[in-house]
Amino acid sequence: MENFELIILLLDATLRTSTPLILAALAGMFSERSGTINLALEGMMLGGAFSAAAVAFYAGNPWVGLLAAIATTIGLSLLHGFACITHKGNQVVSGMAINILMSGLTALVGIALFAQGGKTPALDKASRFQPITFPGAEAVKDVPIIGPIYFELLSGHNILVYIAFLAVPAAWWVMYRTRFGLRLRAVGENPGAVDTAGIGVVAMRYRAVVCSGILVGMSGAYLSTAQGASFLQDMTAGKGYIALAAMVFGKWRPFPTLAACLLFGFLDAAATRLQGVILPGIGEVPVQLVQALPYVLTVILLAGFIGRAIPPKALGRPYVKER
Amino acid sequence: MSTTVQLPRWIDVGALPLLNLLLALVVSGLVVLAIGENPAEVVEILLYGAFGYEEAWGYTLYYTTNFIFTGLAFAVAFHCGLFNIGAEGQAYVGGLGVTIAALYLDFLPFPIMLIVSMLAAMIFGAAWAYIPAYLQARRGSHVVITTIMFNFIASSLMVYLLVNVFRPQGSMSPESEQIADHLRLPFIHDMAASFGIEMASSPLNLSFVYAIAASILIWMFIWHTRWGYAIRTVGANAVAATYAGLEPGRYIIIAMMISGVLSSFMALNEVMGVQHRLLIDFTAGYGFVGIAVALMGRNHPFGIFLAALLFGMLYQGGAELSFEIPTISNDMVVVIQGLVILFTGAMEHMFRPRVTKIYTAWRLRRDAQEAA
Repeated sequence: MENFELIILLLDATLRTSTPLILAALAGMFSERSGTINLALEGMMLGGAFSAAAVAFYAGNPWVGLLAAIATTIGLSLLHGFACITHKGNQVVSGMAINILMSGLTALVGIALFAQGGKTPALDKASRFQPITFPGAEAVKDVPIIGPIYFELLSGHNILVYIAFLAVPAAWWVMYRTRFGLRLRAVGENPGAVDTAGIGVVAMRYRAVVCSGILVGMSGAYLSTAQGASFLQDMTAGKGYIALAAMVFGKWRPFPTLAACLLFGFLDAAATRLQGVILPGIGEVPVQLVQALPYVLTVILLAGFIGRAIPPKALGRPYVKER
Repeated sequence: MSTTVQLPRWIDVGALPLLNLLLALVVSGLVVLAIGENPAEVVEILLYGAFGYEEAWGYTLYYTTNFIFTGLAFAVAFHCGLFNIGAEGQAYVGGLGVTIAALYLDFLPFPIMLIVSMLAAMIFGAAWAYIPAYLQARRGSHVVITTIMFNFIASSLMVYLLVNVFRPQGSMSPESEQIADHLRLPFIHDMAASFGIEMASSPLNLSFVYAIAASILIWMFIWHTRWGYAIRTVGANAVAATYAGLEPGRYIIIAMMISGVLSSFMALNEVMGVQHRLLIDFTAGYGFVGIAVALMGRNHPFGIFLAALLFGMLYQGGAELSFEIPTISNDMVVVIQGLVILFTGAMEHMFRPRVTKIYTAWRLRRDAQEAA
């Protein structure tokens, strides 16, 4: 029974740690399936987290903060698009530039606005996303097995967690069951053919990066106004890159990406829980090994040892209309 | 399409990057204005902090040393058509090599240690670059993603080693023991003093000389050797290289390993030259800035030197800035870096069509006048 409770708590933590990864990885997927590499997830998440916390503080409402985060990340996506799609700049370089820029800018603006060394002021209850308790959760709380699963695991998360998990089937539907999705995928595989069919490649790719911006904005807002209660300098701490790894691990497809995010989220939750724990027979688990595992697994996958990850064909190539 | 004239070299490698740099600095100025400070004052403090007094020069050149190494590292891989985002991790692991050599081979006399520490850095840095290089060359795994992953793996590995292996008994802070005094790279001011020249003390050390030597060697290597030629050919067109009898995979691995070696030299400056011990995150983003340095310097050692000097100046001047103006922290320098990478790297083509148009119009008119 104790083990069961431990597992429930661990899975519960997994849902919370994988939420920002899911949103950011889906964001990366929209951008990359259309042919634009998005290394800027990290920086965009940071920008979103900052805007959400700062605006939620002034407005006293997390939803306004969320909108501000999305507006910020759409803006950054358009900047990325302007450099990579319009001016055919290098997508990797543009992504790195946005990451570095946002790392500095969020701290700089934070100090200028709040003078707290780059932090934003702590948010009160009303300006954060609060846990939602499902109907009847309190009632079944003490029922064995079902009680903990319903009360601890499923109920009691904030709205963004549920949005993240609903976003996966939604993204699948958009990507594989709508005309927009078909065109988006086509533009990432063979932009020439799409152009011949009379659909604007540039416009299509811009739409894709805007979708990407909306999703990554939510993941940023989650960090600072749902999971945390303020923005901290460099609070994303590599989550944008883990999300990118999860997207690659999920082979640029929604449901496998979800699975990868859950796996990486689980490893993160487990690493926190395993800190200093001595397992019988193994000794102290090196937490750093667990933390490095997502990256190691992604490299092994990329090396082609666990299936094959094939990126979209036109990924990273700006579209040049023939003259 | 109407006739266009090819841009002369001085516009291509001189005026266009300068135009982009200017734009980046103008936008940085706007950021300064937006947070309520005076850009002119900021520029003044920056320049004073970087060059205003004798000590400042030493600091500026010390930062420049790091940027020369990481810039060259990125450039060599770039000539082979590769994006080595992993300089950060390669330098970090290179630092491990240096530390192991200096701590466990401390019985070696200094002149031998000079060579041994350099070899240790090279081997570790190159080895860390080899795995992504091999995966790119032989298994087609994209080097951008794998080098990013390897940065994180290096970071976890080093934290583990520093906490569990290198931390001296009883110490709380995760850093290695000090390197013995006689094994450290000599400071330039000490070297000057032994020739009877007075210099203000600064962290500038022998590795700056290495950096200059590396720049010259890399210039010779890329443009005046067979391997350099092969690397550039593979970078320009891997398919054509194959038809020319060059095996791209081989040169991808060579270029990446040289890139790893150059990154690891940064560790020589930091570990052997300045900190004298292995610190957590001593790479501090120098590897990423190297991308900006190489792009601004158009991947040419001389350009890289100039760009590295600019960033060295920004780092040292930025430190001065955060003393003088409390609202402006070191983050301002990070913002400027980001903008410079954005405008000189990602948007490098932004002005090209317009400049080409203007230049073409001017040339055509001049040619017409000459003909008349």
